[in-house]
Amino acid sequence: MALTTPVSGREPRSAGGRRRKRSGLGRAGSFLNNLPQPIAVLLVVIVVLAFWQLIVAVGGVSEIILPPPLAVIEEIGVVAVQLATGGFLLGQLWLTIQEIVLGFLLASAVGFLLGLWIGQTRFGQRAVMPLFVVVEASPKIAFTPVFIAWFGFGISSKFLMAAFMSVFPVIINTAAGMSAASEDEVKLFRSMRASSWDIFWKLRIMRALPFIFAGLKIAIVSAVTGAVAAEFIGGGVGFGEQVRVAASRIALDRVFALIFYLSILGLILFGAISWAQRKFAFWDVTSITRKKEKK
Amino acid sequence: MSAGTLEGTRTVYRIEGLDHVFDAAEVHALQDIDLRILQGQVVSFIGPSGCGKSTLLTIMAGLLEPSRGTVLLNGEDVDGPPDEVGIMFQRATLLPWRTTVENVLLPIELRHGKRRTKAYRDQAEDLLQRVGLAGFERRYPGELSGGMAQRAAICRMLITEPDVLLLDEPFGALDELTRERMDLELQRIAAARDATVVLVTHSIPEAVLLSDRVYAMSARPGRISEVIDIDLPRPRTLDTMALPAFVDYTGRVRRALDRGHEDS
Ligand SMILES: Nc1ncnc2c1ncn2[C@@H]1O[C@H](COP(=O)(O)OP(=O)(O)OP(=O)(O)O)[C@@H](O)[C@H]1O
Ligand SMILES: [Mg+2]
Repeated sequence: MALTTPVSGREPRSAGGRRRKRSGLGRAGSFLNNLPQPIAVLLVVIVVLAFWQLIVAVGGVSEIILPPPLAVIEEIGVVAVQLATGGFLLGQLWLTIQEIVLGFLLASAVGFLLGLWIGQTRFGQRAVMPLFVVVEASPKIAFTPVFIAWFGFGISSKFLMAAFMSVFPVIINTAAGMSAASEDEVKLFRSMRASSWDIFWKLRIMRALPFIFAGLKIAIVSAVTGAVAAEFIGGGVGFGEQVRVAASRIALDRVFALIFYLSILGLILFGAISWAQRKFAFWDVTSITRKKEKK
Repeated sequence: MSAGTLEGTRTVYRIEGLDHVFDAAEVHALQDIDLRILQGQVVSFIGPSGCGKSTLLTIMAGLLEPSRGTVLLNGEDVDGPPDEVGIMFQRATLLPWRTTVENVLLPIELRHGKRRTKAYRDQAEDLLQRVGLAGFERRYPGELSGGMAQRAAICRMLITEPDVLLLDEPFGALDELTRERMDLELQRIAAARDATVVLVTHSIPEAVLLSDRVYAMSARPGRISEVIDIDLPRPRTLDTMALPAFVDYTGRVRRALDRGHEDS
């Protein structure tokens, strides 16, 4: 129903322009395609939630196995109150944030330096880079128990796992970025008698920035995954641990609510990096097109 | 010396017995190049693709060491990019993270550091204005057209006030009309500063329009096959291109290139 009303609202305009005879599907399609993005997203969310509610209501699935959306939303509210009043959960969330940020920062620093070395030496490019690409393609998450075994049940195994998960995209992207400056540009700098220092800072690093940011964006997402996975297995602390505990109680509404907040956390961190990318690599084609699209 | 060069004028470039082989690719890029370029002269290198024009210019710019032979600039061995030389490549190569005026100021910044660059800002804006880029100082290269970028690159070359301009197909990517306008602009700039100009081009009319002397080259290995002195009155204009003598010169250059082509 919601679909048809606005379509007829648009009717006078299309009637004025061209012949009215268009298939209903085409009209609905173009209506959907022309929706403002936030409203379109909201629409999809509503449809998904309605479908979910329908399954619970009609499908005969137990509310324990699949809590209805309203129950989850209610639980999100309960968790929100806890977080806002500085309850137990807030402390756990803060721990997880620390693990993620610490791991990400460590991975960024180490990954950047290693990437610089690999990208600028023939040995690094030929001997080390392929290995890192192989590790990056492997299911790194499977190393979680190893990190618990090595670094114990405290916070260090978690943030190191987060770092381990996120270091490879930084290395690989930084290394790739180091050869992004064109031969013409290097020749230009050399013709102006630039020092190697200047060629590095005023050319190579600048050209590498879009690559580095692409790596950092993958890294922050991986860091969240790494920290939460380590909390699952390494027990004791953190938001991930709370997810596990809730799941073991089969309180799935709580599980979904906690996952919701972890997603929000991931989005905020990802958004921060995207913001930095648009600020520092604004000249890069990808960020330019994004800017144009907005207008 | 023959027509077009003045008696007693200072020699800027002297190249003797120049040979260059790219070892890795086993390409004999240049063979037996001998030439002398005088102060204030405009000379062009023209020839088929791959005949070593860019290689020669790169060597003259001190960016590549030749396998054999000597390259003297104002009597001194060229063993690195000399201060008095400004070079412009086929592509404008502006840095997209710097505004147009910051791009123009890049050579100054690399020479004197960021702080002392500020003093040159007026000069840079003045140059930009002279090539019709007033108002674009703070724009980024992504917002410039190909021709505008090329003009900004000219300003970047000129900001250090070089006495010698080395230009590798500077306007090759531009349309015919823009190119002619840029050619005349280049002539004006060079004449005003009494600069020596070495131009690599694929365009016969461009070579004849701008040059006092045209070196026709042939490929594999790259050699100078013929030297054609262009004795046309200056300053040259678009009307010059209608002169019978101009048409005659373009014919001579074309035949020289054809002969070079048959030889190889
Ligand atoms: N760095 C390099 N390594 C190996 N071979 C090279 C290198 N640069 C150029 N060459 C070779 O040297 C020859 C001359 O190249 P060059 O770029 O000087 O030609 P060109 O006359 O400028 O051609 P074009 O008109 O296409 O620009 C070519 O055969 C080219 O393949
Ligand atoms: Mg060339």
